[in-house]
Order: sequence, then C-alpha cells, then structure tokens
Amino acid sequence: MAERLSGSVAERPSDPVAEPILQVRGLVKHYPLTQGILFKKQVGAVRAVDGVDFELGAGETLGIVGESGCGKSTVAKMLVNLEKPTAGEIKYKGEDITTLSGRALKAVRRNIQMVFQDPYTSLNPRMTVGDIIGEPYEIHPEVAPKGDRRRKVQDLLDVVGLNPEYINRYPHQFSGGQRQRIGIARGLALRPEIIVADEPVSALDVSVQAQVINLMDRLQSEFNLSYVFIAHDLSIVRHISDRVGVMYLGRIVEIGKDAEIYDHPTHPYTQALLSAVPVPDPEARERRERIILFGDVPSPANIPSGCRFRTRCWKAQERCALEVPLLAVPAEFRYGGGPAAHDSACHFAEDVSIWRSAPGQAVPPEEPTDEVPDEPTDKIPDEPTDESK
Amino acid sequence: MLLEVRDLHVEFRTRDGVAKAVNGVTYSVDEGETLAVLGESGSGKSVTAQAVMGILDVPPGKITAGEILFQGRDLLKFKEEERRKVRGAEMAMIFQDALSSLNPVLSVGAQLGEMFVVHQGMSRKNARTKAIELMDRVRIPAASARVGDYPHQFSGGMRQRIMIAMAMALEPALIIADEPTTALDVTVQAQVMDLLAELRRELDMGLILITHDLGVVADVADRIAVMYAGRIVESAPVHDIYKAPAHPYTKGLLESIPRLDQKGQELYAVKGLPPNLMNIPPGCAFNPRCPLAQDVCRTDEPPLYEVSGDRGSACHFWRECLDG
Repeated sequence: MAERLSGSVAERPSDPVAEPILQVRGLVKHYPLTQGILFKKQVGAVRAVDGVDFELGAGETLGIVGESGCGKSTVAKMLVNLEKPTAGEIKYKGEDITTLSGRALKAVRRNIQMVFQDPYTSLNPRMTVGDIIGEPYEIHPEVAPKGDRRRKVQDLLDVVGLNPEYINRYPHQFSGGQRQRIGIARGLALRPEIIVADEPVSALDVSVQAQVINLMDRLQSEFNLSYVFIAHDLSIVRHISDRVGVMYLGRIVEIGKDAEIYDHPTHPYTQALLSAVPVPDPEARERRERIILFGDVPSPANIPSGCRFRTRCWKAQERCALEVPLLAVPAEFRYGGGPAAHDSACHFAEDVSIWRSAPGQAVPPEEPTDEVPDEPTDKIPDEPTDESK
Repeated sequence: MLLEVRDLHVEFRTRDGVAKAVNGVTYSVDEGETLAVLGESGSGKSVTAQAVMGILDVPPGKITAGEILFQGRDLLKFKEEERRKVRGAEMAMIFQDALSSLNPVLSVGAQLGEMFVVHQGMSRKNARTKAIELMDRVRIPAASARVGDYPHQFSGGMRQRIMIAMAMALEPALIIADEPTTALDVTVQAQVMDLLAELRRELDMGLILITHDLGVVADVADRIAVMYAGRIVESAPVHDIYKAPAHPYTKGLLESIPRLDQKGQELYAVKGLPPNLMNIPPGCAFNPRCPLAQDVCRTDEPPLYEVSGDRGSACHFWRECLDG
C-alpha cells in the first residue's frame, strides 16, 4: 500500500490526502440499453459514471457538486454498495470493497453508511422511529445486544437533537427537518467511519437547512466521521467541505481544496457553474461577471467525443473534440504552485476569478462597498497571481 | 397601480380543522415592477398567488375577506366567465413544474396556439405560425421543426421556456411566476431567469416572483415582500432588505445562508419550526422562534409598522432589529 500511495502522489502532486480512508479509482457505471424482446441485444449504454477517481481522508469532508444527471448519486450508491460498479475499484482502508461478498462485505458496510435526500420517502411510514433507527442492529446484532437497543436508540435521538420520548412515534408526526434528523440517527446507529450524504438538505426549508448542517458539523467532530457530501447547492457545499469535486456527465472535471475551487476555478464548467449561482446580495448584480451557458447537458447515452463539456464550452477548439483532457494539474500551473495548481480536466485551463464578492456571501451592512473578499488567511498564505487584488 | 391585494384572508377547511393559510396579506405591484414574494413552504405565498389568478381550489379553500384590485377592478366581484377572460390575456402564471403543467398528449405547438384560438378566435393555421414565433422568441432551437413535438421530448429547461412562452403569448400586463426555476439546475436556472427578465423588460410587464431562494430574489427583484404564517412580515425595496433587515425572521433567513467569512463556524439557524396553520400562536406568529420576543409579542399581533416611506415591518421591535 505504501508504494501505491507514493505512486499516486507523484502522479497527482496536488492531492493533499495523506491518509485516505477511501480511495476510488477509475469508477465506472454503465447501464446497458437493449433492443429486442426475446433476443436482447445491447445497442448502447447510459454512461452514468465514466471514470471517477478521488480520495477521502479520515475526518475529512469531500463535497461533490454537479447538475442532475452528472452521476453524483450513482457514485454515492456505489460507495455504499447499493450498485455494483461496471469497472473500477473502491478501496476502504486499502481493501477493494467491490470484490467483497458475504461476511467480509457486511463488515465493511457497517462502516460506510448513507443519509438519503428525501426524508419523506426514505423512512418507512409503518415503522416507529425506534424501529427505523434500531433496524441496523437487526442486521448487525454484534453492535448492540437486544436488551440494550432501546437505550441506544434513545441516545441516538438525543444526539441528533430529538426528544428521546418520541421513540414510539411514526415518521408522519415529524416535520421535514426532524425526519432528516431521524435519517441521520439511522446512519449513525452502527457508528460508521464514513457517511455518504446524498443531497441531505435539498428538500428542506432555508431556515431548517442551517439546523441540519450544524448538526452534521457537530457530529463530525464528535464521532470523527468522514463525509462524502453530495449536493447541487454550491454555497452549502463550500460551507461544509474541506475539498470539493465538480462532476459533469459522469466524470470529475475539477477537484481541489474548497478555496482553490471556489476562488480559483480553472475549468470552464466550474467557472460557469459558480457564476450562475444567484448571490444573495443585490449589489452584486453589476459587480460580477456571469457566464450563461448555451443549451443543456448532453445525454449520458451519447457523450461527446474528446472533452465532454466541449459542446457547451466557449473555449472549445478542435483539440477538445479529439483529445480527452486528463484530470491533473494543468501544465501552466504545475511548477508555479499556488491555489490554481489543483486538478482540472481542461486543455485550456485558466485561473479566472469570477467573484469580486464570494458565492453565498452577503455584503456586511456596515461596509457595503468593500469589495475585497475576506479570505480565510490561514488557507492561502501567499498568492501572487490573484487577480482580484 | 397594476395590482393591489388588500387584507386578503384565505382558509382551508379540512377534516382536522380550519387551516388559516393567508391572514391579511396586502401587497401591490406597479407596471413594469418586479415584486418578489419570499417565504418558506406553508407561508401562504402560493395560495395568495392562486387567489389572485382565481385558480384556488374552492372548496376546500375559501377567500373569507379582502380585495384583489387589478387595474382598479375588484376581481373577487367578477363572475367566473369574466375572470376567465382576464386570466391568460391580462394576467398569466408560470408554474414550478413544467412537466405536470403541460398536457402530455398535446403537442407544444397546439398548446401554445390554443391561447390564440381561445382568446382571439384565430384559425388553427395562424395559431401554429404564432406558436413558432413564440418558441423562437424564447430561444428554442429549430422552433419550426419542434412545434409538433410533445412535452416529454423537451428537456426541463426547454419545457420551462415553453411555459414562459405560453404565459407571454397574449402579452399580459402581469405575470406571476411561482418558483419558476426551483426544479432546474443552476446553469439552466440562470438561462431561464435571464430570459424571463429580458421579456419582462421588453413587454414592460409587472412580475410577481414567488420563491424561497434569497439569491434569485437579489438578482432580479425591485421590491421584496417576506411572508411568514400567512402574513407579510416585511416589505421593502430589495437593496434595503439585504443591507439591514427590519424583521427578525428576514434577518434569520439572511444569516442562515452560508457565508465565506464564517466558514468553519456554526451557521446561524432560526430555532424551531414554522407554525402549524391550524394553530398559529397568538400575538406575533414568529414569537416562539424569535430572539427578540418580549411579553408584548405573545399577546399583541404587530401591525405592519412604517419603517420609512416605502418600507414596512410587522415587528414590535423593528428598531432594535434594524440596529443590529
């Protein structure tokens, strides 16, 4: 494992994960498209996930953003083994979980749990909250002996901020935010090391979203959890993530530390995505440059040749149709270092700062004209190439 | 004034009791103005819009009091036939979910053309030409080739463009857009909002934008009305509200958005939950969740205090809130 680690570090100099708890390499999921009734013939494939690599460090939060159909939820399902990958490997502490079965798989699954998007459909309406949260113990009885379960469930309710006396209530008696807390409690029941959260707050109201995000933040430090946090809301992802990966049509097109991605995006898709996010600050209407992309995301059954973003990219040239850009630090930033030196799959990567004020940032009322972004200075010690200064 | 809603009350009679969805909403929209109605689910923002359009489900819904003045005429006194002439021709609505709002068994061309056939008695052939023009106008590529396609053959963004085309068809004076981009992806949302803003300018229409997204509001609105538990709690020009909110609920919403300079810190979260509409707390409906609440808030319902000429706040302590 030591050799492999050093090898991957040499290939990918920007990768900051020292001790990955999860390593994903070349992950692929294709859903076959068939024709004919009796003699089925494969005529193509929906390439939902088409070669995804990333690493997750212990205690780290990796945010994955992308639009619908980019494959982010399929990645989540493969991480918890709800879908079998077509190819690629998912290594949990050095062990490839895609090849496991039986008892070995069950042991790994205990450590990787999932929180689902929709708290209305992911909780069985006929089960009490106690049964829902306690169900994982039926499958993994070694975690909690039978007599101990009720107390454990009540502890979990308390941990997620619900009254332990609610143990006999049914899901419909709770609001959306409370239901999501139940979903989180169920995810925590087996004391996993990794939680894969697929759009955990998208279905919630704004004032309730913050409560759930704070809860997830607190639980992370309390239980030393690693999160894979999948969402389409870029400001929430930025708030909770240490590193962020941007997906487009089944691939990660850019990945790096949160400040690298948000303040120094080098991939045109990331730039367009960031510029399209509405900023809750009316003063920013004139101050920011918006990139409006033309058209829609192509179908994953018919992915463009070369760079898959080229059909919507304003920089696309002939080379983009012929050559698939690799996810690596672009040559022009490789030796300079700085925040632009992170993995980006573009032939014409450029460090463009779209924001003069940052996404999700309302200008403080006392100094509404202050345009200098308040960078967390500990994150970026020096950045001579920063255009916003 | 193009539209004035005055002291509107709407109730829903259900098996479990009476849900008071709208409790005295007053707002107005001028020609060419964009009013954003901001609120969470259950705040009554969509119900108010449905009452204005005259598409409220009656029963269980019932308008118990209030006036809806459209160009000076009280729509609530109109007969259904008269109402139908106003709807579509003079005011139109764009819904959140285009796929379920469009008829799946009619081509989009037929659905767009229907506007002209029904309201203007145009022939089907001319209506089809008009439909193609409209599709061009909302920038649907190859409009003349796609006019016979069915809704499921379009992507989400394209379908929402067709909804916009349909709403604009008869060049109404007022458009109500109920969460028009909530179901769309960010990059497509930007396209659609841009288109909507551009057409609104071109036709100089009034626009009521109903949303829960503080970002979208900041991008397009002139004025904001914030709703909570069926009431307007704050109403102000867009710049004022983001600079210094005068109601604790607005303030809580703004502060709960993750901000760059607070990364790593805990997010501000409005505690508790929105009230049950069958059992709205006495006094100020927000008092159980409010950090500024005093005894008076639990007994006296605050009126919409005038903060300045064009700004109001339904909080007894709006001065304290404004000061920080």
